[in-house]
Amino acid sequence: MTTTPEKATPAVETVSVTIDGVQVDVAKDTLVIRAAEQVGIQIPRFCDHPLLAPAGACRQCLVEVPDAGNGRGFPKPQASCTLPVADGMVVNTQATSEVADKAQQGIMEFLLINHPLDCPVCDKGGECPLQNQAMSNGRGESRFVSSGSGGVKRTFPKPINLSPQVLLDRERCIVCQRCTRFAEEIPGDPFIALIERGAQQQIGIAENAPFLSYFAGNTIQICPVGALTSESYRFRSRPFDLVSSPAVAEHDACGSAIRVDHRRGKVMRRLAGNDPEVNEEWITDKDRFAFTYAVEPDRLTYPQVRDEDGALRPASWPEAFAVAARGLAAARVAGGVGVLTGGRLTGEDSYAYSKFARVALGTNDIDFRARPHSAEEADFLAAHVVATGPGGVNGGAVTYADLEDAATVVLVGFEPEDEAGSIFLRLRKAALHSGTRVLAIAPFTTRGLAKMHGTLIPTAPGDEPAVIGSLLGHADHGIDATSVILVGERLATVRGGFSAVSDLVAKSGARVAWVPRRAGDRGALDTGCLPGLLPGGRPVSDPQARVDAATVWGVDHLPESPGRDGDAIVAALGSGDLAGLVIGGVDPADTTDPAATTAAIDRAQFVVALDVRASDVTRAADVVFPVAPVIDKAGTFVNWEGRSRPFDAVLGSPSALPDLRVLAGIAEEMRSPLGFRTVSDVWAQMEDLGPWDGARSTMSPVAAAPSDFDAPGLVLATWKQMLDQGTMQAGDKHLAATARPAVAKVGRTVFEAMGPTLTLSGERGSVTLPAEIAVDMVDGVVWVPTNSSGLGLLTDLAPPGARVTISGGDA
Amino acid sequence: MGTIDTLTPVLTKDWGTERSWTLPVYESRGGYASLKKALTMAQDDIIAAVKDSGLRGRGGAGFPTGMKWSFIPQDNPKPKYLVVNADESEPGTCKDTPLMMASPHVLVEGVIISSYAIRANTAFIYIRGEILHVIRRVQAAVAEAYAAGHLGKNIHGSGYDLDVVVHAGAGAYICGEETALLEGLEGRRGQPRLRPPFPAVAGLYACPTVINNVESIASVPSIIEHGAEWFSSMGTEKSKGYGIFSLSGHVTNPGQFEAPLGITLRELIDLAGGIRAGHQLKFWTPGGSSTPLLTDQHLDLPLDFEGMAGAGTMLGTRAIQLFDETTCVVRAVLRWTEFYKHESCGKCTPCREGTWWLVQTLAAIEQGKGAESDLDLLLDQCDNILGRSFCALGDGATSPISSSIQYFRDEYLAHLTHGSCPLDPAASTVWASSLTRTGA
Repeated sequence: MTTTPEKATPAVETVSVTIDGVQVDVAKDTLVIRAAEQVGIQIPRFCDHPLLAPAGACRQCLVEVPDAGNGRGFPKPQASCTLPVADGMVVNTQATSEVADKAQQGIMEFLLINHPLDCPVCDKGGECPLQNQAMSNGRGESRFVSSGSGGVKRTFPKPINLSPQVLLDRERCIVCQRCTRFAEEIPGDPFIALIERGAQQQIGIAENAPFLSYFAGNTIQICPVGALTSESYRFRSRPFDLVSSPAVAEHDACGSAIRVDHRRGKVMRRLAGNDPEVNEEWITDKDRFAFTYAVEPDRLTYPQVRDEDGALRPASWPEAFAVAARGLAAARVAGGVGVLTGGRLTGEDSYAYSKFARVALGTNDIDFRARPHSAEEADFLAAHVVATGPGGVNGGAVTYADLEDAATVVLVGFEPEDEAGSIFLRLRKAALHSGTRVLAIAPFTTRGLAKMHGTLIPTAPGDEPAVIGSLLGHADHGIDATSVILVGERLATVRGGFSAVSDLVAKSGARVAWVPRRAGDRGALDTGCLPGLLPGGRPVSDPQARVDAATVWGVDHLPESPGRDGDAIVAALGSGDLAGLVIGGVDPADTTDPAATTAAIDRAQFVVALDVRASDVTRAADVVFPVAPVIDKAGTFVNWEGRSRPFDAVLGSPSALPDLRVLAGIAEEMRSPLGFRTVSDVWAQMEDLGPWDGARSTMSPVAAAPSDFDAPGLVLATWKQMLDQGTMQAGDKHLAATARPAVAKVGRTVFEAMGPTLTLSGERGSVTLPAEIAVDMVDGVVWVPTNSSGLGLLTDLAPPGARVTISGGDA
Repeated sequence: MGTIDTLTPVLTKDWGTERSWTLPVYESRGGYASLKKALTMAQDDIIAAVKDSGLRGRGGAGFPTGMKWSFIPQDNPKPKYLVVNADESEPGTCKDTPLMMASPHVLVEGVIISSYAIRANTAFIYIRGEILHVIRRVQAAVAEAYAAGHLGKNIHGSGYDLDVVVHAGAGAYICGEETALLEGLEGRRGQPRLRPPFPAVAGLYACPTVINNVESIASVPSIIEHGAEWFSSMGTEKSKGYGIFSLSGHVTNPGQFEAPLGITLRELIDLAGGIRAGHQLKFWTPGGSSTPLLTDQHLDLPLDFEGMAGAGTMLGTRAIQLFDETTCVVRAVLRWTEFYKHESCGKCTPCREGTWWLVQTLAAIEQGKGAESDLDLLLDQCDNILGRSFCALGDGATSPISSSIQYFRDEYLAHLTHGSCPLDPAASTVWASSLTRTGA
């Protein structure tokens, strides 16, 4: 859908080197091992990794350098992973140099003397760099066995847990340090470290290891031997039995490339894919391990309709389509039907909901924001975000690469480590290597912010508009056109927040990007799952835009009256103004007022639910359609940048259909066909429609709420931690064990006054949690994770930004 | 017996003096006069004097000290550091330890002058952790120097400030390698760093850093006092000055002998009263176990950097270990190899795995097991380690093996034909003569 904009690439200084007799021009400071790759010569290596700093530890990549570029050669073989090229350098690798070949064979022989050679039972066997390179660059027979003593290997007790998820087999480890270097260099979580020395040197749990990492699984993937394994994959399958399919991670809005390895219709594991523009080669542990939700026992496998006796019973697809169509048609007449969608949808599915609402239901009552939201936010999205992207007609949107180029990145309503792991990694890289300054408008310094060497602009929930306003021309935190502002979806809970951002962008020239939490949200925005927007960013209020869409859709006209947003749909269902509901992938616990949403679903005259697994929503629905999880369908995720990342179905399941196929079936029964039945049909239609090229709506500013400093209690700050009780993390207990525990973070004075256990009471109930000190917590604020305990904070306690009272746990 | 005149006691001149390690005694014998002189000199003139003196690093590698100092980029706004490598751990080496015990102030004075020259306001003395008595003595000397105004703020009104930190190592041979030492000093795991950047550009805490051996720094006050010409009048053409030679093993009077570089082993053995009575020299190390060993054919070679390089070995730390004909060379080499295996830091493959294997192969031969082909296997293992490891530790581990096979191949083979060591291990001990008497 988008192409990378033409960038003026600065002239790169090149040098000329000769590798195995082949002359090649490469960029200055290129390492010899990479220069060799450019001429198709693979030098064996273990410790070398292109995204980690050179180490020179394994010595496997030794080459002969008869001329260092100054006419003199190196007397000894050189490690090509640490040696930068020089103009006129001559390098002979194992292909042409006996010295290099012998040096490499010698190293390989050393690596194997203490290796258990247990390839037949090792998870890595078949995809193991040690195994492969021992074949290509080693000797067939060991001389260790033939030496006088017979060769006594160093042994260790078999695997030890480095974390609840990651295991280490020290006998297989060749201490290349890729894992420890990753932990320190990439996420900044040094949870493992080298311990002991000599042949006893091993990877161990770091002393005073402060916490578990959200990114630990990457160490397993980059381990060049079978030393690191995961609890969930260990001994489950052999690499040569697996089929690998490229896919896109569904757990956040990053659009990370993944590889799904499956065998006989069952996913065995997931790995990071290599997408240099997006996630490079890293993914979060959630993206890696959270996939068993699709095979949980509560997975829906057949359509159901509510029988006359009031119970749900299995139904055929045609019957379910017919019942749903009949019920929705009646509800449409009886007051109308609202559409609520959740975050798991692909762009194509979102498009289907958007069109279904307008064409089959004749309404603009649709909202994808299954979370606290506001009209101000919708305004902001229409004015600044929708249908932008790295390329195309509205090109120039902020990209990952832009984060590295930006002088300053401001985070507001957004905690990247918890809410968008790939952004966190890229921002940390930017801060460490490009000098990008990270500023966070937040109530306290999170671990993630500290690891990005960021600066906190201490802000209580509700005060964001004033703080954002003060950034322009601020002595320390000045914002200008070289700055990027990343706004999280959570800012919707702060009145005036998005208006302040819009104002700051206009005045400073800074660029802004909106980062939702869920994978489908950006696609839902761009396909018009909002009451004020049609697909491609067409404003509902613009007659030309409506005509545009109606023409492509082949309908006479589209509904003109402005639609209800999510909260209004819930309210209208509750009051009986709306009669019907189509709901797909929504957990009421995530919504603004969970009790109200649940009551609205109960009250609705007719509810059609589309979901992967059974839930309270499907149990209350009149017709339930089993829909396919992403693993079983093709589609596209549009990430926070506006970048499209399409994927094919990895598996197929006859027991579920994509949402778009279900909606097409209902619409056909309603005699309002949508004109598509497959993903490619939808894609073609979306291409026909294209993005809106008319005027973009502008934002009508909303004033911030007045501060109520004197109100009793503390202000509640909250967001979801990366690993929590989310339904798409179900089924992997080892992953769950690496989640950060639910704690209430408070300032030191509150902690000292209240003790180590806190009971918080708010308008919806009270929760009791262990307390933890956040040293720089803004006075009068308490932070609690949104969905790490109980039924979730929105149900159990209060909405974000509300006042809560606290007492010691025993009180 | 040779004449004692070949000795040139400079660093060792006070070793016999009562309470030589105290400040009053050191000052009464002219100590800290060089400091006062140096503080009146331009800093670059001090660097030039050290350069002109021809002083080469006394820690083993012999890199010209003045040149090392001149590599410090003086336009770098970061602080500069002087680090003294007092992690003396090379088997057989025992020069810095007695020097710091007997004359700690000559080191402290050298540290102040050297730091002043390179514009460092903080200096570190990294002392091997096992020699606690030496650490205490140097700490006491530093405290005395502070009290006397030789250290601290505005030293003797010069406007120059210097703080000295005495740091105790945690017990690793590898930390004598200068970049591993820096890692240790920064509180990290002692493993060598990738170079470049070299310490002169980005050393301790990524700041420009000079790392010198104790003896190099302790030589600086005498160069300032007597002049570069005086220093370079001693020694040989490219190896100037004096140095401490530590003789240990089968000599009558083992100990430290300070003499001009270029002295021969024959002269040194004479100074030490000869090989122990009734025996002949069999082999010796010129500069610790990491330098390829030599035999009685090499008695008249000049003990300087070039002379030793010419014989295929290195001057190293001038740690001369002498072994007479009662010593089994295979056994001695096995002991050294076990040391390297124990001290390998584990960072790189050839050293970590290679030493593990070398010990097994050598141990088998020492017990008379194996075949002649195992000698070739040993040499091939050494070839796969030498020049392939990350730092010089791996290189050093191969030196005793390949040099001993070069000179004593037949003795290795004798183990195999004999089925065990053909020599009596007791005969090489110091109590061997008493054993013989008892037995007789």
